[in-house]
Amino acid sequence: MQFMLLFSRQGKLRLQKWYVPLSDKEKKKITRELVQTVLARKPKMCSFLEWRDLKIVYKRYASLYFCCAIEDQDNELITLEIIHRYVELLDKYFGSVCELDIIFNFEKAYFILDEFLLGGEVQETSKKNVLKAIEQADLLQEVSKWYFSCLSNSMLCSG
Amino acid sequence: MALKMVKGSIDRMFDKNLQDLVRGIRNHKEDEAKYISQCIDEIKQELKQDNIAVKANAVCKLTYLQMLGYDISWAAFNIIEVMSASKFTFKRIGYLAASQCFHEGTDVIMLTTNQIRKDLSSPNQYDTGVALTGLSCFVTPDLARDLANDIMTLMSHTKPYIRKKAVLIMYKVFLKYPESLRPAFPRLKEKLEDPDPGVQSAAVNVICELARRNPKNYLSLAPLFFKLMTSSTNNWVLIKIIKLFGALTPLEPRLGKKLIEPLTNLIHSTSAMSLLYECVNTVISAHLKIPCACKKQYSVSICGKILFCLFSPTVKYLGLLAMSKILKTHPKSVQSHKDLILQCLDDKDESIRLRALDLLYGMVSKKNLMEIVKKLMIHVDKAEGTTYRDELLTKIIDICSQSNYQYITNFEWYISILVELTRLEGTRHGHLIAAQMLDVAIRVKAIRKFAVSQMAMLLDNAHLIASNTQRNGICEVLYAAAWICGEFSEHLEESNQTLEAMLRPKVTTLPGHIQAVYVQNMVKLYASILQQKEQAGEKEAAQEITQLMIDRLPQFVQSADLEVQERASCILQLIKYIQKLQIKEVPVAEEVIALFAGELNPVAPKAQKKVPVPEGLDLDVWINEPPSDSESEDEKPKTIFHDEEQRHSRHRQPEIDEEELARRREVRKQEQANNPFYIKSSPSPQKQYQDTPGVEHIPVVQIDLSVPLKVPGMPMSDQYVKLEEERRHKQKLEKDKKKKKQKKEKRGKHRRHNSLHTESEEDIAPAQHVDIITEEMPENALPSDEDDKDPNDPYKALDIDLDKPLADSEKLPVQRHRNAENLKLPDTETPLVGKKSKKPKKKEKKHKEREREKEKKKEIEKKVTEEGKKVITYDIQGNLQNDSQVTVSVIFENKSTSFLKSMELNVLDSLNAKMLRPEGSSVHDGIPVPFQLPPGISNEAQFVFTLQSIVMAQKLKGTLSFIVKNDDGSTHEKLDFKLHFSCASYLITTPCYSDAFAKLLESGDLHMSSIKLDGISISFQHLLAKICFYHHFSVVERVDSCASMYSRSIQGHHVCLLVKKVSNSVSVDGKCNDSTLLSNLLDEMKETLSKC
Repeated sequence: MQFMLLFSRQGKLRLQKWYVPLSDKEKKKITRELVQTVLARKPKMCSFLEWRDLKIVYKRYASLYFCCAIEDQDNELITLEIIHRYVELLDKYFGSVCELDIIFNFEKAYFILDEFLLGGEVQETSKKNVLKAIEQADLLQEVSKWYFSCLSNSMLCSG
Repeated sequence: MALKMVKGSIDRMFDKNLQDLVRGIRNHKEDEAKYISQCIDEIKQELKQDNIAVKANAVCKLTYLQMLGYDISWAAFNIIEVMSASKFTFKRIGYLAASQCFHEGTDVIMLTTNQIRKDLSSPNQYDTGVALTGLSCFVTPDLARDLANDIMTLMSHTKPYIRKKAVLIMYKVFLKYPESLRPAFPRLKEKLEDPDPGVQSAAVNVICELARRNPKNYLSLAPLFFKLMTSSTNNWVLIKIIKLFGALTPLEPRLGKKLIEPLTNLIHSTSAMSLLYECVNTVISAHLKIPCACKKQYSVSICGKILFCLFSPTVKYLGLLAMSKILKTHPKSVQSHKDLILQCLDDKDESIRLRALDLLYGMVSKKNLMEIVKKLMIHVDKAEGTTYRDELLTKIIDICSQSNYQYITNFEWYISILVELTRLEGTRHGHLIAAQMLDVAIRVKAIRKFAVSQMAMLLDNAHLIASNTQRNGICEVLYAAAWICGEFSEHLEESNQTLEAMLRPKVTTLPGHIQAVYVQNMVKLYASILQQKEQAGEKEAAQEITQLMIDRLPQFVQSADLEVQERASCILQLIKYIQKLQIKEVPVAEEVIALFAGELNPVAPKAQKKVPVPEGLDLDVWINEPPSDSESEDEKPKTIFHDEEQRHSRHRQPEIDEEELARRREVRKQEQANNPFYIKSSPSPQKQYQDTPGVEHIPVVQIDLSVPLKVPGMPMSDQYVKLEEERRHKQKLEKDKKKKKQKKEKRGKHRRHNSLHTESEEDIAPAQHVDIITEEMPENALPSDEDDKDPNDPYKALDIDLDKPLADSEKLPVQRHRNAENLKLPDTETPLVGKKSKKPKKKEKKHKEREREKEKKKEIEKKVTEEGKKVITYDIQGNLQNDSQVTVSVIFENKSTSFLKSMELNVLDSLNAKMLRPEGSSVHDGIPVPFQLPPGISNEAQFVFTLQSIVMAQKLKGTLSFIVKNDDGSTHEKLDFKLHFSCASYLITTPCYSDAFAKLLESGDLHMSSIKLDGISISFQHLLAKICFYHHFSVVERVDSCASMYSRSIQGHHVCLLVKKVSNSVSVDGKCNDSTLLSNLLDEMKETLSKC
C-alpha cells in the first residue's frame, strides 16, 4: 500500500498516512486530486478507481471516506478488508466511533493505524493483539502523564 | 531549575491543548486562516520554552495543522527534540510528527540516527516499537545503511511484538539499501518458521513482496511456502503466499501441477471473496505455462463464476479485470462473453467502462473487428463528456492499429472510420487521427488511391472541420490530408479542384504548421498538374494553373507565421520563374516534378537509437578543442534556425549509388529473414487496386449541407461492414468447395488427414492485397528489448542472487563503539549454502515421452554421468519439426548441493547430423544453456540438429561444460554424454485409412523385409501399444491377432507393417520406400520386443 487517506464528505482531510516518501507539495496535490475524484463518484459505483499507475480502493463509512492507494498487482478485495478491519479497530477502541472521535483524537487514530499496518503492510492480523498493544502503550502514557502532573503539582505547592 | 519548571507548568495551564485547537478551528469557520496563523505564532512561542511537555503539546498541534495543509517543516528540529524525550508520551508524539512530515529532503533527518539507534535498543518494547513505526515512514538510504544491522538484531528480539515490526521494516530497508538484502536474508528466512503467527505473517509479507519483483531468486523457497500454504489458516497470509506462487509458477512449470489441488480446495472451501479472487488470479497466471484440457475447463467455469456475480459493481469490476488476464491465455472463453462486455460500456461507472474497453482491445480478431468498432462508434456518438469520448477514440485507434494493423482486412473501411472520427466535436486527439491517416497511406500502398480521394474530400470540406476555432484539435487532420494529397498527387482525379480547395482564403485561418504543409504540398500538386497538362499538350490550361498559383500565393506570403511566409515566398518566386519559361514555351514540367521525385519510406521510431556506433568512434571525445566562451557567443545567432532547417531537409536523403543500395537491401533482407517479428511483405506482385472488388460499390452519400457535421460525399463505414460480410461469405463458400476437392484428392493419394475444417482467423483473406511496408531500420541495427526497461525501477536493485555465499565485504556496517555486545556478524550465523560434503549419487531417469501440440516428440536417450562430484540427470527428448531438422529437448537437473552456472553444451558433429549453431560460430563452439541452476532445480533447454539422411540411427558424442559454485569457490567441470538418434525418432505417428493403406501396398514401389521373434508372452493388445508408443506407428486395422500399422518419416517415407502373433511367436512384415530405413527400424523393434 502506498498511502491511506481519510476524508469527510465535505472533502476535509481527517487522516493521512504515507508509506512512500513524498514532498509536502506532492502529497497535497495528490490529496486534492483524489478527494475530488472520489467525491464525484456516485454511491452505487464500484470501489475501485484507476488513477495514474495506481489503483485507488475506497469505501465510505458514515460521513468518512477511507481511501487507499495500491499497486497494480495487489489484491483489491484484501485492501477493502484492511479498510474494514481498521474501521472495526477504531470502533472497538472508541466505542462506536464517529467522525468527531477521529478529529479530536487524531493522534490515537494514527497510533491504532501504526499498530495495524507498518510500512504499508499488514503487521498484525489479530484485532485483539492490536488493541492490547494500544492499551498497554496508553497505560504507559497515562502513567507518565500522571507522574508528570504529580511532579508539577508538588513543585507548584513547594514553589 | 525548580522555578523554571514551575513557570513552565503555570504557562501550560494557559496553553491550548489539541482539543482546544480543534474546537477553536471549528468555531472560527469564517476566518480560519487568521485564527490558525495566530495559533502558529503561539506554537512558536511554546516551542521556545524548555519544558518538554509544552513542546510536545506544540508539536502535537503542529501535526494536526500539517494535515490541514500547513507547512510545518520549519519545526523539524523541534520534532527531533520531542522524539528524544525520555518519556514515552512525548516520544510517541515526536515520532508521529516525524513520520507525518519528514521525507528524504528533510535535512535534519541525519541528526536522528543516533536517537533512533538508542530507542531501538531501549529496554521498553514500546519505545522500540514507536521508533520502528516512525522509521518505516521516513527511512532514507543513509538511515537504512546505518541502522540495518540494529534492525536485523531486533529480528531475533525476545518479544514477538518487536520481531514482527523489525521484520516488516526490513523491506523498507532493502528498498533503500539493497546491499543489506543478502546478509539479512537467512534470518528473514528463519522467521518464516517463527513460533509467533504475527512474526511469521510479517516474514511471509516481506518475502512475498520481494519475490514478486524478482521471482527467480526465490524459487528455492517454493517447498517451504508450499508447506505454509497447506498448513496456514490465516487468510491474510494465504493471499500473500498464493500471490507469490502466481509469480513463481511461470518460472517453474512443475509448480503449477502441484498447486492445482490445494488451490481447488481453497476455491471450493473458502468463504472469503478476497482469497477466492487471489486463487483465481493465480490459476489464471499459472495457465501461462501449462495449458491442459482439464485446467482449461476449470478456468472457464471460474470465469463463469465471476460473471455470475456481475450484479454488484465491485465484483463486476474485478470480473472484468480477471477476464483481461484470462484473455491472454484463453481468448476464446472470453470472447464468448463479448455481448456482456459491450454492455459494460454503457455502465455509468467510468472504472468499469475503461476496464471493458481494455478487454475489447484484446478481444478483437479479424472476424469481429468491424463489428466491435461499429459498436464503439455508436458509443462515441452517445458518450457525454469529452474525456470518455476521447478515451473511446484512442481505443478505437489502438484496437485497429495494434500489432501492425494485424486485424484489419479492409483498409478502405479503416480510412472511412478515421474520416468519420473527424466529425467528433472538441476532441483533443486530432493529431492521433492525422498520424494514423499518414501511417496507413504511407505504409499500405494499395490504399493510397482511396486514401487520396478521401483526403481530397476532406480538404474540400475543410470549412466544416475548421469552421469553429474551438474545435482546433480536429483540424490537425487537415495536416495529414494536405500532405497525403500532395505526396501521392498522382492518384488524384480532380487535382484542379483539390488545388483550388487548398488555395481558398479560409485556409489562412488555420494554425501555422498546417498552413506550412498546405503551401508545401500545393506545389507538389501543382507540379503533377503541370505534368499532366503538358503531356496532354494543353498549354493554356497549364498557364492558367500557374496564374492561379501566382494570384493566390500572396495571401500566404503575408502570413504572420514565419514558416508559412518563408515557404510561400520561396515558392512564389519559383512559380514566377516557371511562368516566364512557360511564356517562352519551354517545357518545364519534368524539371518541376524532379523537385519532388523519390519515395518516402517510414522510419521506425527507435531507428535512430539502434544505429550501432562504428568501431573506434568515441562519441564523448571532442572533435575539436572546445571553443572558448567568447567564440561561442558569436556563433549563437547562426544556430537559431538550425532546428527548423533540419526539419525541412531531413526527408530527402542524399543520393546513394545503386551498388550501395543493392548491398544494403541485401543485408536488410537477411536481417528480416532472421527476425521472427518482421512481417514479410508478400512475394507475389502487388495486385492492381482496380482489380479489387468493392471499389465501384463505394456508396456516395447525398450531399446534404443542412447537416453540417456530416462531411458530405463520404462513404459510410457501416456499409463496408455489410460488404465485408458478403465477401467473406463468398470466400468461405469457395474455400469449402476447394476443401472438398482437396479431401478427395488426399484420399486418393493416401495422404494423411487434415483436421476438421473450422473457420479460423487465417481463413479470412484481406480484401485488398495489402503490403504493409515495415518501417525502416538502420543497417546493422542492434536487436534489443532493453529500450523499454525503466532504469529507475526501485525494485531492480533488489534483483540479487540470494543463494550465493556471503563475502566478507558484504557485512552490514556496524558501529563498533556502541552496543557492541548486541552485534553478531550476519554471515557467521547461517551460511547461505550448506557446507555439507555429501557426495551426490548417480541417478538414472526413465525415458519419458510426451506429446506437445501437434508435433510428435520422441525420446532419444537419457544420459547420466558421474564425472567429478556433481551429478546431473538428463532427460533427452527429440522433437521433430520439419523434414531435415530435429529438436532435442534436454532437461538439466541439478542433483548436487552446489550452484551451477555458465553451462555450455557442445556436440561433435558427424557428417550426417549437425547441431545448429548461431551464425558465425565454428563447430567447436558450444551453445550456452540460457539459464543457471540452483541446487535441486531443473530446467529444459532445446537444441536443434540438422540431418541429411534419416535412414540410419546415429550416435553423437557431446560434452557439457559448466562452472560449479560452492563455498570453496568455483570450479570448472565437464560432463560427457551421448545422444542417440534412433530411426524410430524420425517417424511421425500418422493415421491412415485402410483403403489408402491397401492402395499404398498395391502400388508396388515399396521394399519389403520381415522379422520373427519367439517367446513373447505379452498380450497382442499390449504388443501393439508398445509399437505405437516406442516406434510411433498407428494401427490401421486389426483383426484378431493380426494388425496392419502405418507411419511416416519426417522426410516422407511410408512405412507399413503387418504384425501377426501366433501363440508365443510374433512376425512383423514391413514395407517401406527405403530398404535401409526399414531394416533399421525392424532391428530397433526387435530390440524393444525382445525385452518384453
